[in-house]
Amino acid sequence: MRMAIDMNAIAPLTTPAVSVDIEGVNLSYGDNHVLKNVDLAIRPGEFFAFLGPSGCGKTTLLRLIAGFNQADTGRVTIGGKDISTLPPWKRDVGMVFQSYALWPHMSVARNVAFGLEERGVGRDEVKRRVGVALDLVGLGHLAERRPSQLSGGQQQRVAVARTVAVEPKVLLLDEPLSNLDAKMRVQVRRELRDLQQRLGLTTIFVTHDQEEANTICDRIAVMNDGIVQQVGTPMELYEHPANLFVANFLGTANILDGKVAGTGADRHFDIEGGLRLPIAADAEVPEGAKLVFRPQHANLAQPSAAAAGPGLALPCVVAHREFLGASVRYGVKIGTTEVAVDMPFQSGRDLHEIGAAATVTLSPHALIWLAR
Amino acid sequence: MTAIPTAAALPRARRLSATPGQIALALAIAAFLLLFLGLPVGTVLYVAFTEKGTSTFTLVNFYDFFRTELFMRSLWNSFYVSAMSVVWASVFALPLAYLTTRFVFRGALLVQTLGFLPLIMPPFVGAVAMQLFFGRNGSVNLLLDDWFGFKIGFMEGLNGVIFVQSVHYFPFILINLSAALRNIDRAMEEAAQNLGSSGFRLFRRIVFPLALPGYLAGASLVFVKVFDDLATPLLLNVKDMLAPQAYLRVTSIGIADPMGYVISVVLIVASVVAMWLSALALKGRDYATTQRGGGGLARRKMTPWEAVLGYGVVILILALVLAPHLGLLLLSFATIWSFSPLPDGFTTAHYARVFGESSLYIKNTLIYATLAGGIDIVLGVAIAYLVLRTKLIGREWLDWAASAALAIPGVVLGIGYLRTFYGVTLPDGTPLATLWITIVLALAIRRLPYALRACYAALQQISVSLEEAAENLGATKARTVRRVVVPLMAGGILAGFVTSFSTAAVELSATLMLVQSNSDAPLAYGLYVFMQSAAGRGPGAALGVVAVLLVALCTFISHVIIERSQKAKGMGH
Repeated sequence: MRMAIDMNAIAPLTTPAVSVDIEGVNLSYGDNHVLKNVDLAIRPGEFFAFLGPSGCGKTTLLRLIAGFNQADTGRVTIGGKDISTLPPWKRDVGMVFQSYALWPHMSVARNVAFGLEERGVGRDEVKRRVGVALDLVGLGHLAERRPSQLSGGQQQRVAVARTVAVEPKVLLLDEPLSNLDAKMRVQVRRELRDLQQRLGLTTIFVTHDQEEANTICDRIAVMNDGIVQQVGTPMELYEHPANLFVANFLGTANILDGKVAGTGADRHFDIEGGLRLPIAADAEVPEGAKLVFRPQHANLAQPSAAAAGPGLALPCVVAHREFLGASVRYGVKIGTTEVAVDMPFQSGRDLHEIGAAATVTLSPHALIWLAR
Repeated sequence: MTAIPTAAALPRARRLSATPGQIALALAIAAFLLLFLGLPVGTVLYVAFTEKGTSTFTLVNFYDFFRTELFMRSLWNSFYVSAMSVVWASVFALPLAYLTTRFVFRGALLVQTLGFLPLIMPPFVGAVAMQLFFGRNGSVNLLLDDWFGFKIGFMEGLNGVIFVQSVHYFPFILINLSAALRNIDRAMEEAAQNLGSSGFRLFRRIVFPLALPGYLAGASLVFVKVFDDLATPLLLNVKDMLAPQAYLRVTSIGIADPMGYVISVVLIVASVVAMWLSALALKGRDYATTQRGGGGLARRKMTPWEAVLGYGVVILILALVLAPHLGLLLLSFATIWSFSPLPDGFTTAHYARVFGESSLYIKNTLIYATLAGGIDIVLGVAIAYLVLRTKLIGREWLDWAASAALAIPGVVLGIGYLRTFYGVTLPDGTPLATLWITIVLALAIRRLPYALRACYAALQQISVSLEEAAENLGATKARTVRRVVVPLMAGGILAGFVTSFSTAAVELSATLMLVQSNSDAPLAYGLYVFMQSAAGRGPGAALGVVAVLLVALCTFISHVIIERSQKAKGMGH
């Protein structure tokens, strides 16, 4: 099922990569402000993701680039050229639709040929490039089939081949994996990444699945409520989230509410429930901050255990325990707040019992201070 | 309806393909279809292929048919009129369907609703009204003659039939094409735009091919309907078409004359071939409803010039298709309307006469159509259930047999009933064919395919797990059908009943043959009798208005009930 990629075959499909710039874009449907002052600079050849929950505006933004939505303000430039006022059919951006949108009245080959025919490419050249595009996704042998005779994964590849056959400047992928089963999804996302790398095509990928975005994208724009929350590489976003939304959306985050008090060496954090924690002198703590940490960055120790060095030790009570295979996830109560702590599973080692007292220890670099 | 015993009560039944109750039900339906559809049609075929008065197989009747110049001309005329009706119906339907589904169009709902109106009036009634507007001495030609000194022969000969039929039957194309256009996945169109396609090329290469199944379904229906229609050509005094010839042969020369039967066979063959061709064209193309993304084409705002053009076209077409209704209404109140653009004076006397002496027609129609509709939904639910929910061997045959009625023209069924049941007499000596119940049975058979499709669709939408849940909680199969399946199907069943009822109420092709006495006659027959004389046209028009209102009222009420029940079930929008 792997795509057989022949470098000689794809040579004609590679075009110089271009940047995509979105500047000051606002879009409203009546009172519904869907995109709020969006600014993004996508670099040439980059695999870029719009990541966010449903209704965050990510698909709207993608359709805006393709020309199916019109911005109220702002502009979109591709390779330095303003395309904001062009109709969809003059933009030269290839879009792969979530539903694939393969035309059922045409064979696979006719589907792939469509865009080339619309561009007035000669008959022999169309035939050759359809062959190249289908070989690229490993479906050359299914050219005469109807889309309805293909599996979901094959249909998805035809949709990709149909789009790259016209050598678009930019490739837009709208949730391309959402109609595939879990196993296919892992395989196809690798294939998409391989294809993008070899074509060197600037690609924008819309998804609500952080794992998909993390595994295949160079950089991600996390979106919520029509606003770009943060832009960065997957690891940057995970390690240094800009706000609580990003911290929560990428992986699991524990959040402890409290108040910062005192100054200088005496600075401390009062957690709801009466616990007082010292704050390291060099820590940057914004006004009204909450304490955030990842489950796997914490350690669950015996009740009286002390923190190593400048770390924190928080007394807690074990409330839940879930065996996840490689690790055990504990739900522990610190005061009135429940947090998750992941411990690696090693056979023979004693587990903490539900209802027992314990201590959560945290090293200083595991702590993230976020105000909102 | 017989009860359906549970599978659990009969452990051995699992080995059989169905429970005894289901088998009994299937056999009962099969017997009904065989007796009232298979036997009459079989009789027609038998008579057509045997020597007159004997049972010797012969093709000589067909030889005579193809040798007779009148019949060959009739055959050609029927083809010509049907094909041209499809062309003109498409001319009316295409702009309406495209404009209302593709653009932001004020009054799209009104257009779609008004577009249905022609269907609820028998075409031959419209024919009389159209004569008054478009005939040689109708309003339009009188005005044309006054102003420009020439006349246009809209209603001359075959043109008149084509004109009346295309105005009457174009909603079939409108409905199917609109539904197909609305069902196209919006992403299909956007994908083409994304790849550089726009404007008319986009319509020609993507939109129309995707809507083609809907268009062909409507077009083939129009063709068959026009080919089979008997009353419209007769009323317009066009006799050299096939269906009128069949009728005239049997009524004027006699029930024993084989020519009527030969023509019937030709009518059946033409129907079957037309349907087969459209099915062939659609083979492997059942994709009009593949819908995964956002439904319907993206609606575009029209530029001012497009709007002027668009609304102009729509208003012109609507004026044309509503002309028969307007004409009928005027005629029903007119004292005298002849050689003048509008009637000379107005009166309500025609309505008084209709409600006085002719109320019998209305009563008969209500009884016949209600009974026919009732029979149809009982059979429809039963067949749909057997096909979709049991593993009974040969269950599809019931579906096919019931649907086969679509291919049997009304006049053929009428002839078949006459020939088959005239010989069957009751104890007091009256032939079965002269009883009014025969009319009901013919109507029920004629309309069964429509009711069946509605029930079938309704049952298909119900998840089997809903029934399994009821059985899991202890309900028997029969009780599950009664308490879960039928209530959930209610909307579809009602839709099926209304379709059967309202089309049976204005049906004439089959009943024209079967009505033996005026006291048994339904409304459509009364209309036909009235419309044949100049003096009867006033009361006839009044009766026509009553028929239109009757059908419109029933359709409206059922629409309200369906909407309400869907809302109550949370299925509405």
